[in-house]
Amino acid sequence: MNHLTEEQLVLYYYGEVDGSAGVREHLDACEACRGEYANLQRVLNIVDAAPVPERAANYGAQVWRRLEPRLRPRGSFGARWLAPLWWPIRHWAAAAAMAALLVAAFVAGRYYPKPSSQMASAGQVRERILLVAVGDHLERSQMVLVELVNARPGQALDISSEQERAGDLVAANRLYRQTAARAGDASVAGVLDDLEPVLLEIANGPAHLTPEEVKKLRQRIEGDGILFKVRVVGSTVRHREERAAANPGQKSL
Amino acid sequence: MELTDSVAVAQARDGDSGAFRVLVERHSRNLFRLAYRMTGHQEDAEDVVQETFMRAYRQLAKFDQRASFGTWLYRIAANCSLDLIRARKRRSENQESAEEGALDPMQSVPDAGPTPERLALSGEVERRVAGALNDLSEMERTAFVLRHYEGMCIEDISRTLGVQPNAAKHSVFRAVQKLRRELEPLVSNA
Repeated sequence: MNHLTEEQLVLYYYGEVDGSAGVREHLDACEACRGEYANLQRVLNIVDAAPVPERAANYGAQVWRRLEPRLRPRGSFGARWLAPLWWPIRHWAAAAAMAALLVAAFVAGRYYPKPSSQMASAGQVRERILLVAVGDHLERSQMVLVELVNARPGQALDISSEQERAGDLVAANRLYRQTAARAGDASVAGVLDDLEPVLLEIANGPAHLTPEEVKKLRQRIEGDGILFKVRVVGSTVRHREERAAANPGQKSL
Repeated sequence: MELTDSVAVAQARDGDSGAFRVLVERHSRNLFRLAYRMTGHQEDAEDVVQETFMRAYRQLAKFDQRASFGTWLYRIAANCSLDLIRARKRRSENQESAEEGALDPMQSVPDAGPTPERLALSGEVERRVAGALNDLSEMERTAFVLRHYEGMCIEDISRTLGVQPNAAKHSVFRAVQKLRRELEPLVSNA
């Protein structure tokens, strides 16, 4: 008799195995597999023992008190953070142009002659500006991808908004990729290189997708693992940006 | 009458902050539980709850009203937790030590009831479970938490992680394998 594999037992435990009736029958008949399954259950039972601190009954109200000021449209940090997301589409193009200018300034700064005493700090400032810009770019790209991946399966979808944003992101993506490659930042350049064809495909495809096209697009995004890569590199860039801000005298690369 | 999630979402989309407040107050405790399972730290979990609602507010117009708002929030919270875990991994050694101190399971053990030996064993079990969970990769831990604690199906986990269902399934399996290796001695000694 072939015994059940560990994977089959784990998937059976979670109700994810194909042919669960067959697994059940085998467990009824096979003492060795039954023992193995009991061991698995014991381990997973003690995992449940890890406690979660209880929150007070008014925890939701406490969360709201901290959150509410960040949602107000004022000159606060929250409002500045939110502002770009409420912009009309035409402003995204302006943002992309700004990004291009920023990168051009970064690149030009590398070659413009300066007194040696100013070289390090100017370089660090440029690096921080680039990190902030790339971090924002990856976050905006991630939002576009997440919205498409989380689209309701089996239904038609209007992606005109995502298309507009992807179109704006393509131009900036190209510039950031070239700059990162020139600066020898292989991980950032690599993920931007992978991201570009996906953004192009979204930007240049139809705005109204059939359920089958939605499925294909999602498979395209998931198949490449691009969303995961963007998240990982985006998080790394954010961290480098924070480190550069915290230690202005040190190179964060 | 109590607002349903879908009515509250529709009103919040129209600019009704009171409706969004209803959603925040309703879902905060569940989100905290998920975020704590993911991050293992109270303060980080609090941050994840805040950031989740910020992101949800910003993306509210994109939310498909026919879907479950709670599930959608869970996905956002899982992603926020992942971002935070990655950032935390790179923090300074001092900060990590301080956070480990906050995780000390003995601090949350009740004062009365079990014997000191039983308390020590219970603390040891909790410490080993926390350690085993920390040793999982980001993908494995997320997939395991969503499957084991939150009961999310493989299909939904794969969407949350942005990977194929098979990859999500294998992440759950690998997580359980690693947990068994680490925790089985405790079970056989219990």
